[in-house]
Amino acid sequence: MPLPVRHLLLAALGLAAVAGLLSVTGDLTALRIAAVGYTMLAVAGLQLLVGGSGQVSLGHGAFMMIGAYSMALLVLHQPTLPLAANLGVIVVVSVAAGVAVGAATARLHGPYLAGATLILAVGLPGLAHRFHAFLGGSNGLNIRTAGAPPFLDGLVTTSEWRALVVWTTVVLGLAVLATISAGRLGRRMRAIRDDETAAAMAGVPVGATKVVAFVIASAAGGLAGGLQAYVLGTVTPSSFTLVLSLTLLAALVLGGIGSLWGALWASMAIVYLDVWATDLARAANLGRNAENNLPVVFFGVVLILVLRFWPLGVHGALRSLGARLRAVRSDTSSRTPQ
Amino acid sequence: MREHGTRVLLAPALALVMLAAACSGAGEVGQGADVDLDVAPGVTDDAVVIGTHQPLTGPAAPGYLAVSQGAGAVFDYVNDQGGVNGRRIDYRVEDDGYDPSRTIDVTRQLVIEDEIFAMVGGLGTPTHGGVIDYLNDEGVPDVFPASGALAWNNTEEHPLTYGWQTDYTKEAKIQGEYITENFPGQDVGYLFQNDDVGEDSQAGLDQYLSDEVVAREHYESDIPDLGSQMAELENAGAEVVVCSCIPAFVALGMLEAARIGYEPQWVISSIGGDTATLQALLTEFTEDTDAEGVPADAFLEGAVVTSYMPRVEDEDDEWGRFFVDVYEEYGHGGPPTNTHMFGMTQAVMFAQVLMSAGEDLTRQSLVDALETQEWQGPGFTPFSSSEGDHGGHQGVYVVRFEAGGAIEMVQEARVTDREDGPVEEVDFERLSPQDLPFHD
Amino acid sequence: MNYFVTLTLNGLASGAAYAALALSLVIIYQATRLVNFAQPALALLSVYTAYTVTQLTGSYWLGFAAALTAGLLVGAFVERVIIRPIARTSQLNAIIVTLGLLLVVQGGVGMVWGNEQHGFRYAFSYVGRFAPSDVFALVAVGVVALLLFALYRFTPLGLRMRAAAFHPEAARLSGVRVGLMLTAGWGIASLIGALAGMLAGPPFISPNVFDVVFVFGITAAVVGGLDNPFGAVIGGLLIGLGMSYVSGFLGPELATLAALVIVVAVLSVRPDGILSRPTARKV
Repeated sequence: MPLPVRHLLLAALGLAAVAGLLSVTGDLTALRIAAVGYTMLAVAGLQLLVGGSGQVSLGHGAFMMIGAYSMALLVLHQPTLPLAANLGVIVVVSVAAGVAVGAATARLHGPYLAGATLILAVGLPGLAHRFHAFLGGSNGLNIRTAGAPPFLDGLVTTSEWRALVVWTTVVLGLAVLATISAGRLGRRMRAIRDDETAAAMAGVPVGATKVVAFVIASAAGGLAGGLQAYVLGTVTPSSFTLVLSLTLLAALVLGGIGSLWGALWASMAIVYLDVWATDLARAANLGRNAENNLPVVFFGVVLILVLRFWPLGVHGALRSLGARLRAVRSDTSSRTPQ
Repeated sequence: MREHGTRVLLAPALALVMLAAACSGAGEVGQGADVDLDVAPGVTDDAVVIGTHQPLTGPAAPGYLAVSQGAGAVFDYVNDQGGVNGRRIDYRVEDDGYDPSRTIDVTRQLVIEDEIFAMVGGLGTPTHGGVIDYLNDEGVPDVFPASGALAWNNTEEHPLTYGWQTDYTKEAKIQGEYITENFPGQDVGYLFQNDDVGEDSQAGLDQYLSDEVVAREHYESDIPDLGSQMAELENAGAEVVVCSCIPAFVALGMLEAARIGYEPQWVISSIGGDTATLQALLTEFTEDTDAEGVPADAFLEGAVVTSYMPRVEDEDDEWGRFFVDVYEEYGHGGPPTNTHMFGMTQAVMFAQVLMSAGEDLTRQSLVDALETQEWQGPGFTPFSSSEGDHGGHQGVYVVRFEAGGAIEMVQEARVTDREDGPVEEVDFERLSPQDLPFHD
Repeated sequence: MNYFVTLTLNGLASGAAYAALALSLVIIYQATRLVNFAQPALALLSVYTAYTVTQLTGSYWLGFAAALTAGLLVGAFVERVIIRPIARTSQLNAIIVTLGLLLVVQGGVGMVWGNEQHGFRYAFSYVGRFAPSDVFALVAVGVVALLLFALYRFTPLGLRMRAAAFHPEAARLSGVRVGLMLTAGWGIASLIGALAGMLAGPPFISPNVFDVVFVFGITAAVVGGLDNPFGAVIGGLLIGLGMSYVSGFLGPELATLAALVIVVAVLSVRPDGILSRPTARKV
């Protein structure tokens, strides 16, 4: 089976799994499943950039912001455009942003790239304040989008419908990312990540490949932001702070940088760790200050401990666990006489 | 494998449905269905669950933590008196960190998981703005959101949202009138937060001060620096500075003014007028720096503050004293501030509506109680929550901060509208904490 | 003209704080090739220590000393206990762990001291257009930069620290105690971070007070070049001045965008910062 087809089949499987999950859970979970979806797409894009080409970006939230504002503006000013068209426009806009940022940062490496992308994430929300008549200032833009189509009335709720729309887009996006990553472009990126000079000597167009990596990551991030705006119906600068960008990167490493599964664990961590920690804090019946701050501390502790004991993240841990289990099994089976 | 096979078939079918649906406009929204209010989720015979979203952590937390602490103290007090109509108030506070995307998550959690009866005092314009549609669509009464945005008072679009705070434009009109009457002919400078606070406040101030204004300076709430703004206000010769700012920036502005030796007459909006918090901050700051000879209240001395709630410094006000006592018993450490008073006033008023709604509590009976409530405090101004006008407090009174921490009422409550109507004096009777029914 | 002078002085004052934080980042980068996201958290811890000590003893300068001591000890402790076991595996992981540490300390400070704001005084009088406290900040940063330059250029300790960072194996073979050098680097860096906190914290402190300062600290370090303490100072002042002018003449909402423009402009000409020697190959 050719690779793209396999990835599409996997995508279909994933969508079916999400649909199954949605059918047995309620509206709150639907919202969070959707959040896991668009966060995963953003993280997967970052993964291609960081894990693939070795460029550490601290400004991924900026691309989500671009996508989210594009969605809000399209819905507000062109309400008759279908959602699919909006998503298409968002990809185009994010690609343009990715080209600009990628070209401006292609010569930078290590901490210089990190610093430049960091200030991008901090500086971009300034635009929303500057053009507040158009972009809504700190109160942002609120949109209402169409819910489930009428013929599905009673079958799926609006939240479930939105989650399905998000995941359909997400699995398609992931299939594209997986195909890219497995192809020639992916190999080139990894060559650059491992040794830029060697890659250049081997004939890899280093600058262009780095920019392309940025563009792909930006498209994924923008699409994720657009989906977020679609699900939440509100877009404000305070949702796209530096904290978001740093959380995306941290969660990526936490989940495991080498595989798309890592992006799944990462997005689940982003969406659910906070929820669990809040419950935990309530249950522990601590003082007020301790209870309020526990979720923040909890995420930090999890980060430190996971990376201390499983340097390859959650996915790495699961793989080594799987390998050990297989080893045990083959060990016992080899002992039984043939 | 067979099972996988059917699922694989299912998925493309699903995708086709999505494609079909993708052809209609994303922004084309039909009319929402009418919501059923004859329900009472979160209500049992002995308890009623209510929820709120507040910034408990993150950059906005320092200014607003106290709101839910104050409200919580009042609800604890009410519960100790036997609750309201035999029901204990179960007040659930969720932290949204002032990030609207988290507000949406915690609001859903409150509505779906906690099954709250009503949302009470959700804090912040950008945060609450993201959930107001959802709450109204779900038929959850959205009582007293904590911000002065004009958007809360829109009974057509958001019939279940009941504003609370005097909106920024009304407050600014009364400030403007006060300045023309009391500081006639003086040059005025505006210092405001660069969002709807600034925009709506200017709309009100300009009705009275458009000839006097010599400088309009704004700040961004995430950049704690007023150096250039204060320099510009001084440069322009502003003798009166109207500060439509949150407390941290009022304090910063005062320090910056002291730094450059600039002594304008400060006029501070209620959102930044928590003089107790300001004084505590400035006292800590000036501690052990007597060499400069500037005690903390010297910064605030003479500052004019507009307000509509009881104040913690107000020794003569029964509600002020009552809140201080309640906080002493039910609060969590530290002296109460005017930000605590904010939450406490909200809590009393909500408990009062709950009381009026009667034993047979449904969302409809709560809404009916709101629409017909005759408000008599603890706020100092008439309050609208009737059909067609969910504007909340209708005006402000004016106090001046004196040396030593006392405050003096310099203008009784006046009311106005958000358009270009006149500012009017009112005759408003408040009931004392003993006479106002808000608990069993 | 008067306004321009005011903006310049304001810019220098805030630039000094960015420069101080940038200096601490440069040292850690020199010592371990890491961008330390926990730096603002360590500064936060130091400043809150100073706050408590000042409250208890009534002496600002005892608090000041306590902050620097706390910075030194906590920095060394963090390197030894948290960073070292992870730095061996991957650089990115170590950076992410410093991010985790940032969350832990920021939340921890909130747990202990609460999320409310507290007033916290300057070292010297803040009154005046270029107040004694501003002079102190600039002088302190200048002196620290000079001391660091001397440390790296002229002392055996500095040489060993650089050797341990750049060529740990070779350094070990020639008898340098590499581990100790890394710990020393973190300790010194956090001490300077504590100083930065004492300069940038006032007038009001809360758990998130250094978020903004840190961003511009990193920006300053990157603009100036991570290999040179004077680069950090130049970067800090450049960012401080640029933001002050843009904020004053064009509007405060553009201040962060101004920082972005400075970074892009500088790095497009000098990808390794103003004062860095160009490297042919990434390390």
